[in-house]
Order: sequence, then structure tokens, then C-alpha cells
Amino acid sequence: MIMQLTVFLENSEGRLAALCRTLADAGVNMDALTIAETSDYGVVRIICDNVFHAVDVLEDAGFRATKTKVLAVELPDRPGALAELLEALDTTKVNIEYGYCFQSNGDVAIDVLKIKPEDRDRAEAAIERAGFKTLHYDDIAS
Amino acid sequence: MKKPQDILKMPHEQLEAIQLEGIKKTVIACYENVKFYHDLFDEAGFDPYAVETIDDLKKAPFTTKQDLRDNYPYGFFAVPMKDIREIHMSSGTTGVATVGGYTEHDLEIWSDCFARGIWYADGTEDDVAHICYGYGLFTGGLGAHYGCQQAGCTTIPMSAGNTERQIRVLREMGSTILCCTPSYAMHIADTAIAMGIDPKKDFHLRAGIHGAEAFSDNFRAELEEKLDYKVLDVYGLTETMGPGVAIECMEQNGLHLAEDHFYAEIIDPETGEVLPEGEWGELVLTTIDREATPVVRYRTRDITRIIPGECACGRTHKRIDRLHGRTDDMLIIRGVNVFPSQIEDVMKTFPQVASWYQIELTRKNHLDVVTLKAEVNPDFDFDQISAIEQLQKDIQAKLKTALSVGIRVKLVEPKTIARSEGKAKRVIDLRGDDK
Repeated sequence: MIMQLTVFLENSEGRLAALCRTLADAGVNMDALTIAETSDYGVVRIICDNVFHAVDVLEDAGFRATKTKVLAVELPDRPGALAELLEALDTTKVNIEYGYCFQSNGDVAIDVLKIKPEDRDRAEAAIERAGFKTLHYDDIAS
Repeated sequence: MKKPQDILKMPHEQLEAIQLEGIKKTVIACYENVKFYHDLFDEAGFDPYAVETIDDLKKAPFTTKQDLRDNYPYGFFAVPMKDIREIHMSSGTTGVATVGGYTEHDLEIWSDCFARGIWYADGTEDDVAHICYGYGLFTGGLGAHYGCQQAGCTTIPMSAGNTERQIRVLREMGSTILCCTPSYAMHIADTAIAMGIDPKKDFHLRAGIHGAEAFSDNFRAELEEKLDYKVLDVYGLTETMGPGVAIECMEQNGLHLAEDHFYAEIIDPETGEVLPEGEWGELVLTTIDREATPVVRYRTRDITRIIPGECACGRTHKRIDRLHGRTDDMLIIRGVNVFPSQIEDVMKTFPQVASWYQIELTRKNHLDVVTLKAEVNPDFDFDQISAIEQLQKDIQAKLKTALSVGIRVKLVEPKTIARSEGKAKRVIDLRGDDK
């Protein structure tokens, strides 16, 4: 389980830039950033170091930011790895709310999955059984 | 059908005699049959049996919308239920709507009052009246319907909505009189033009009786130009009856009050003092021959004046000027009355959004568009788009139920709603002059 930074942004000019500038000025380093958008607003999901500090800094700067627990799984960089992971989860009937991938170095990819709190334990067990490694706060906060 | 020109051109002293008799009956009926008035008059020391002149009415206390709400649903009914033929309700939250009851006689008065609009428009049995006020609890639809029938018009009960069909019927049925809100008339005109129809040639309209919302002289001129007809303003409110309390004649210089059914005073909204003729203030109405739900000195909150002098049309009934706003914060959105406090009540039930919200009123294609912006609270789990969308839907649905008006809900970032002295300005009205 790792901590993701989630920010609610209005879909208007300059907001994403302002968000990134605020994080930069606070010395926060990002590993991944993904945006889910609608016509009115976007939800920005960020994997970064020092999430607690980032939330405080953003809230002080007038952003609506929060921490979200997500599952992070290390996957070998080869065809079929993600399919195997998802099939393993599927057999446990765990529902994935959303997910995205990022790479931290050449050999492995990290897959981030948002899973309902009540399903997390079952999901983690299934992932371990399938031979994948779930990451923890320390693994990411480099 | 014969035009009742006699009552519309009756010498004013005779009208006043009718008013005095009616006022005497009304205050006594209220005192004897409506507990609220019994208590109110006693408390104010007003003796309903001592009314000798119209001026004596000034001694009576006022009735407010809140009084009507406090006595929901039947507290203001002055006759047994077996005599009630119909009920209407003003737009409002389910619990605090104001209710009007109508006996058979009251429906006749109402028909007569709105029929005057047709007569003022020189309408006859040869006219085809197209009604696209909403039918239902809203008094607009049925009030216009009864009036058009009373005047002998062929009446087409279209109700509101489905603009393309409205246009088809207007064209194919050869409607000559259009009854709806002014903004909807404009929407019909613009939609018709966009469809490649020339309303001047393809429609056969002579007159429009448009009310339930205020409109400017420029707006009227634009409507008349587009639809090639004459626009008459109509005023009314559920609390005293519905549309037809006052209607403009072809002179378009003020709305003739139905003085044989309503007694009007203009007061200073601050002091409650009656103002001399010609001065602007709050319109206060007393029903003269309403049976089911008579009201004494009802404060309409509408600002107008009584126009001094006689109308060039020769009718003796006094005219009120076109409305100049309200003394309270009521909004009129697509013809529906909305109070910011009703919105407040709904928003209080959603802890996911902060107490910072704002209503923005704009006009698109001449129709009111309402957007409610609300700031997202930190403890709301906005990580999921589906949760945000569900929240928007829930707020929209609850507002729709409470207000009878569709409002678009937009969730915004914190501190984006302007504060002044620590308070959010709840309503931003950008509707301007009709654009």
C-alpha cells in the first residue's frame, strides 16, 4: 500500500501549472501524474515523495488536496505481466476502481490500483499468490 | 360571447362602491371563518364589523407570504371543503408552498379576469389561443386556459416544452394569440427562425399575453419585431388568484387592475404607510369577492405604482405600472419563484460541499440558465470521478424536487467563490437586459 496525492482541479487555464509550481517550490518530487477529466473539473493523481507535506502545502495554497491509499504492484517489464496480475485479481472478484502504470527504472513497471478498502486484504493476498510484489511507502519514497 | 364592457368602463365611483361592499364582506368572512384572521384582527385591535369606508381598511393588519406558509395547507380556507373545486400551489419547497383554493365562483372570477386580456387584445370567438404556460399546480396554464375559453377563443392547451411542436402547431393551426412567459415566446421565435421559418409570414399571431416574469421594453420591442404581434403584460400571483389580477391593454401603458375583484394599495415597504397615487412602493392586495381563500392586505413584495389619470383606451379600471423588482430576495427563474433560502435548505443537507456556494443566473437563447457552484470540502472523497458525479446528481435531483427548476451543479475548488466581509454572495444575476 502506498499513499497517492489526489488534487481536485477546476478545468480552467493555468491550474495544472500552478499545482506543479506549488509542489516544485515545496521541493516535492513526482514519480507519476495522471489526470481524470470531465468538462468542468479534473482529478489529478500524483505519486510523489513526502505526500503529507505536499497535502499541507497545497491546502495552504488554496488547492483541494487529499491523500488516497492505493495498491502499488511491481511488474516485470515483459508482455503479459499486467494481464496475469489482473486475472489473479479477477478470480477473487475484487473490483478495481481505477489504475495506471509508471516505470521507475528499465526492468520493472509499477502498477497503481485503487481498490475499495474492504477488498484490499484479499487483493494483496491474491497478488502475492500470483507471484507479484506489492510495494509499501518506503519502497517509493526515494 | 358578449364583452362585459359595462364593468370595464363603469364610472370609478361605482367601482368604489363595489369595492367597499366587497371589502366589508371579505374582512368579516375572514374574521369568522379563518382562525388566523380571527386572532390577527383581535390582536391588532381591528374590528371587521366597523368598516364604513374603503379608507377604514388601512386599519387592518397586513398578511404576508410567511403567514400563508405557516398555515399550510388549509389554514386560509374560508369555506367548507365540499365547496372547493380546485387547488393551486405556488412554486416552493414541498413543505412551504402557498396554497390557493377556488370555489366555482372563484373559478368564474379567474376566468373573467384572464378573459379581459383577450378582450384588451381585441380578441373574439374568432381567435385561436395557443397556451404554452405549464399546466398543473402552476396557475399560469389553467388560468390562461379558463380565460381564453371564457372569451370564447378556440383554446389549444399546449402546455410548456417541446418547442418544435409548439412551432408546428402555431404554424399549422393558425394560432392568433400566444399565452406564455415572455422568455419562452422569445425562445419560440428564435427557434422558429433557426428552423428556417419566417414567423412574420408563417405564423398568424396578433397578440401575446406574456407574464410570470419581468421583461424590459427592449425585450418587448424585439419580440414584437420577430413575431409581428402586440405583446401585453399580465400580472398575477397564486396568493390572490393567479394571472389576470392586472393586464395591459393595447395602449401598453400600464396594466389595468381588475378593480371589481381586487383592491390595491401601494405602501412604503419600510413603514407600511400607504403612499399617495403615483408613488412607487410595494403592492398590497385585498380580494373583494374571493370565497375560498380570501386575503386581507396581502403584501405581494412586488414594487410598482398606481398610474395617475385615465387610460386612453377609455377603461376606468386603474393601472399599475410594470413591475420594478421586489422588496425581498425572490428570484424568478423561468417563471418559477425561487427563494435563496430554499436553496440554502437543500445545500445544508450535503456536508460534502462547504457552506460556500453560489447561484449564477445567465441567459442562453433567451432562456434562464442556472448554475450552482459549490466548493468541495476537504473530507469529501473526491478521488473518484464517479463519487463526484454522484454528488452532483444528488444535489441536482434534490434541488429539482425542492424548487421545480432544473439547476446545473458545478463543483469548484476552494476559495473560488468570492467572499465579501466573510460572507459569500449567494446570487450572481448575469441575465442583464435580456441577453
